[in-house]
Amino acid sequence: MTVTLPMTWTTVCDYHVLLPERGVCALVGGEQVAVFRTFDGAVYAIGNLDPFSGAHVLSRGIVGTRGGEPTVASPLHKQVFSLVTGACLDEPGTAVPTYPARVADGRVEVAARAALPERDGPVNASGRSLVDAP
Amino acid sequence: MSRVVVAGYGPAAHRFVEALRERGFDGRITVIGEEPRPAYDRVALTSYLTGTSLADLTYAVPEGVETLLGTRVTGIDREARVVATAGGATVPYDVLVLATGSAPFVPPVPGAEHAHVYRTIDDLDAIRAASDGASEGVVVGGGLLGLEAADALRGLGLRTHIVEMSPWLMPRQVDEGGGAVLKGHIEDLGLSVHAGAGVQEVVTDAEGRVTGLRKPDGSLLDAQIVVFSAGIRPRDELARAAGIDVGERGGVVVDAGMRTSDPAVYAIGECALAGGQVYGLVGPCNTMAEVAADRILGGTAVFEGADLSTKLKLLGVEVAQFGAMSGALDVTYMDPVGGVYKRLFISDDARTLLGGICVGDAAPYATLRPFVGKPLPAAPADLLFTGTGAAGLDLPDEAQVCSCNNVSAGAVRAAIADKGVSDVPGVKACTRAGTTCGSCVPMLKQLLEKSGVEISKALCEHFTYSRAELFDIIRVRGVTTFSELIAGHGTGRGCDICKPTVASILASLHNGHVLEGERAALQDTNDAYLANIQKNGTYSVVPRIPGGEITPDKLIVIGEVARDFGLYTKITGGQRIDLFGARVEQLPQIWKRLVDAGFESGHAYGKALRTVKSCVGSTWCRYGVQDSVGLAIALELRYRGLRAPHKLKSAVSGCARECAEARSKDFGIIATEQGWNLYVGGNGGFKPRHADLFASDLTTDELIRTIDRFLMYYIRTADRLQRTAAWVESIEGGLDHVRDVIVNDSLGLCAELDAQMAHHVSTYEDEWRATIEDPEKLSRFVSFVNAPGVPDPSIVFERERDQIKPMVVTP
Repeated sequence: MTVTLPMTWTTVCDYHVLLPERGVCALVGGEQVAVFRTFDGAVYAIGNLDPFSGAHVLSRGIVGTRGGEPTVASPLHKQVFSLVTGACLDEPGTAVPTYPARVADGRVEVAARAALPERDGPVNASGRSLVDAP
Repeated sequence: MSRVVVAGYGPAAHRFVEALRERGFDGRITVIGEEPRPAYDRVALTSYLTGTSLADLTYAVPEGVETLLGTRVTGIDREARVVATAGGATVPYDVLVLATGSAPFVPPVPGAEHAHVYRTIDDLDAIRAASDGASEGVVVGGGLLGLEAADALRGLGLRTHIVEMSPWLMPRQVDEGGGAVLKGHIEDLGLSVHAGAGVQEVVTDAEGRVTGLRKPDGSLLDAQIVVFSAGIRPRDELARAAGIDVGERGGVVVDAGMRTSDPAVYAIGECALAGGQVYGLVGPCNTMAEVAADRILGGTAVFEGADLSTKLKLLGVEVAQFGAMSGALDVTYMDPVGGVYKRLFISDDARTLLGGICVGDAAPYATLRPFVGKPLPAAPADLLFTGTGAAGLDLPDEAQVCSCNNVSAGAVRAAIADKGVSDVPGVKACTRAGTTCGSCVPMLKQLLEKSGVEISKALCEHFTYSRAELFDIIRVRGVTTFSELIAGHGTGRGCDICKPTVASILASLHNGHVLEGERAALQDTNDAYLANIQKNGTYSVVPRIPGGEITPDKLIVIGEVARDFGLYTKITGGQRIDLFGARVEQLPQIWKRLVDAGFESGHAYGKALRTVKSCVGSTWCRYGVQDSVGLAIALELRYRGLRAPHKLKSAVSGCARECAEARSKDFGIIATEQGWNLYVGGNGGFKPRHADLFASDLTTDELIRTIDRFLMYYIRTADRLQRTAAWVESIEGGLDHVRDVIVNDSLGLCAELDAQMAHHVSTYEDEWRATIEDPEKLSRFVSFVNAPGVPDPSIVFERERDQIKPMVVTP
C-alpha cells in the first residue's frame, strides 16, 4: 500500500543562513532533521540521528562527495552517509531517513515525515532502516 | 642437550641467546656476565654521556634466560663440563659458549695505569667523574673508537687532543687523502690532531693525578684525562688456561661453525678467531652468534667471514668504507673546500667495482656497497656523486643490504613477496635489516618500491598528493582556500579526511580564524564548535591554564561556571580542567564568562598545541635547578593555537628527577645546571615512546629557536595525523637529518621556518573571544535553526557521584 498525502512543507531558515557545505538542524514535525547545502547550491535533508552512536549529530558532520555523490560524515565515528539516499556508504544495510527539501522564495523548506513514500520501509526508533534499501 | 652456558654478556651473547630462543631451544640457558647489568648497545655508548639512560641502552633479557651478573667465569673443567665463577659457584653445561669479548689495548708506557679506557658503562662513569674540574683531555688512538672517545671528551667540555700512531686518522677505513679531509673536519671542531705520533709516558703529579701526555719527541700535551683507545685484544685467557686452541696473536680458534677445539665449547664475538681474523664490529659478531645458535641446534650454518664495510658519522663527519681499499684503477673526487673526499676502486678492465672510501658525504655507500665484486652499474663519475647512477639498477639477490645483520637483497625480497611486508618497519621486523645502524634504510625503501609494492601517498579519493605535498602546493602557490586547491589539484568536493587536513595546513600557514568564511565548512566538529564533542553530542570546554599555574580567583571562576551550567568537572592529565555536558547554544555563554575572567581557549579540541605541563621548579622545589613553570608558561603562550598535523603536547621539568614527565611529550624540556636539555618525539597513547635527546644545555633563547624550527619542520613534512614520534621514526635520515636541517640549516630552510613561527606568534588571537564578538559566527551556535531558544530534548543526564553523566542511549 502506498500512502499518498499532500506534502506539508516546513520553513527551516533563510537560504543565505545555510552556508555552502555546512549543515543545520531543524525541528520538522517534532523530528530532528539535518539540512545541508552542497557546493552546487542544492539542498538536502536527512534525519539528524546518527544510528551508530544514538546521538543527534549528523547536521554537524563534514559535507563532501564520494564518487560524485554528496555525503556527510558522522562527527562521532566518521561513517559516511549519502545525502541523496540516506544510505550509509561504509556499512551497507544501515540508512537514515531522507526528507524532501527545496528552496522557495529564498527560504529553505523541508517536508514533514508523513510525506515519505512507504518504499523507504519501516524505520525503527533509532532511525536505522529495518530492511535493505531497494 | 639441555643446558647452555654463556660466558660473557655483551651484545654477541645477547644476540646468541635471542637466536637460540627464536629457533625454539627450550632447554636451560645461563649467562654469566662480568658487568653488574645485562648487555647493552655499545654502538650507541657515547650517547650515554649526552643523556641517553642506561635503561634505554640495555637489551631486555630474553624470557627464561638465567643471568649471573657481576661475576665471571674463572675456570673451565672440560672433562666434568662445569665452569667455576669468581663467586665460587660451579655451573654445569652441555654446551659452553665463550663470548668474553675483548679488552682495550693499553700500551705498556709509564703512568698508563692512571689512564682511562673506553668500553663499558663503568669506563664512561669514570671518565665523566674525572672530567669534573678538568679542562683538557687526550685520546690515544685515532681509529673509529678513538674518535668516539674524543667526541665524548669534547661533549664533556674538554679541549681535546687525538694522538694517532699512523700518519693519518682512521687508517683502517680511509686512505691518506681521506684522512687529510677528515683531519680538516675534526680540526674545524676545535680538536687537535697529532698523527704519526706515539706515546712516551702518561705524566702525573706527586699525588698520581694525570697532568699530561709526553710524546716520544719529548713534547708534552697538557691534559687531566688520558683515554687509551688504541685497539682491542681478545679475551681468550679462559680458553688458554683450559687448553683450548688459541691463535698466535690471541683469539679463540673456531671453525666455520664457531666451534673451538673442544666440540662442547663454542666461541663468538670479539674473543673468537674465525678464519684467522678477530672481528670487532657488531655485524660479524651478530652473524657469529646466529651461526653458533644454528649449529648447536643441529643446523649447518657457516660463518664465511664478513664484510667489514663501515658507514658512520663521527664528530658530525660522515665516513664510509666498503670493499677493497686499493685496486688497479681508481677514480677520485676531492673537494678540500667542502670537505668531501670520495674514491672508488675498480678492476684493471674498468668493469668491476672493488671498493670505495667516502669522507664528508657517504651518500654513495648505501647504493654502491652491494655492487662490490660486481659489474659497475654506471659510469664511475656518476657513481661518485650521490650514487644515483646505481639507484635505478636492480641489486642481485645475493648482494648484502644490511651488513650489521647480514641480510641480503634476496631475503628482503622474500619477506616482501612471501610475507606480504609492505613498508620499512615491516621489513625491519621480518628480517632485522636496518635495525642496528640504519644506514641501509634507503636501500630497503628502494627494494620495496621496486618489488611493486605501491605505497599510495594519496590522501583520499580527492587528492593524489600526500599531506606534505599539499602543504608545499599551498605554500608555494599561495593557495588560500580549499575550493581553489581542489579545483586546481583535486577532484570532487572533498571529505572528512582532506578537508580538515587542508584546514590545518591553511591555519598553520596563514593563522586566520578557523571559522572564517569557507574555512568553517572544512573543520571537524571539534574545531567547528571550538570544543570537544562527547558521546551524546554535547561538548566539553577546556580553558587554557598555561603551565598549569592558576590563581585561586580564576579557579573559583571555573568552579562557578561549572556550577551555574551544571557541567561535569574533571582535572585533565595536562594540568587543566575539563567541563563536560555543554549544549551547542551554551558554548558561547560559557566562553563569555570565562573570557571575561581572563581565560582563553585551551585548544583541547584542535590538532594543535595542547598544554605545556610543568613541575614546580626552582622557585619552590629544593631540588629544582631552573624555573620550569616560567618556561612552561612562556612556551605555552608562544605556541598556543599552532595548528599541526596532530596534537602537540609538551612539558618542562625543573631538574633531572623529571616530575613533569617531559620525555613522554612531543617536545619535552628538562633543566640542567647549565640550561635546558631538549627531548623530541615522545608520546603516551596507543604506542608509548620516550622522547629522544635532541640538544643539550641550551640557553632559553637557543631552546626556543630550536623548538620553533622543530615544530615548523614537523608541520611542513609530517603526514596527516602523524604524531612527532612516528614522524621522527619515519623521516628519511631520522633525527640526525632533523638536527641537520634545524641546527646546521642543511636545507637552507631555517630563515623561512623562523619567519613562519614569528608570523604565528604575532597573529595569534583567542578563537573564543573572536567568536563571541562576531554575531555572524555566533548565530551558528544553536541546537535548532528554526527554534533558536529550544534545547535539544534528546540530551538527558543522570547523576553519578554528585555530578551529571550522559544517559546511555542504545542505538
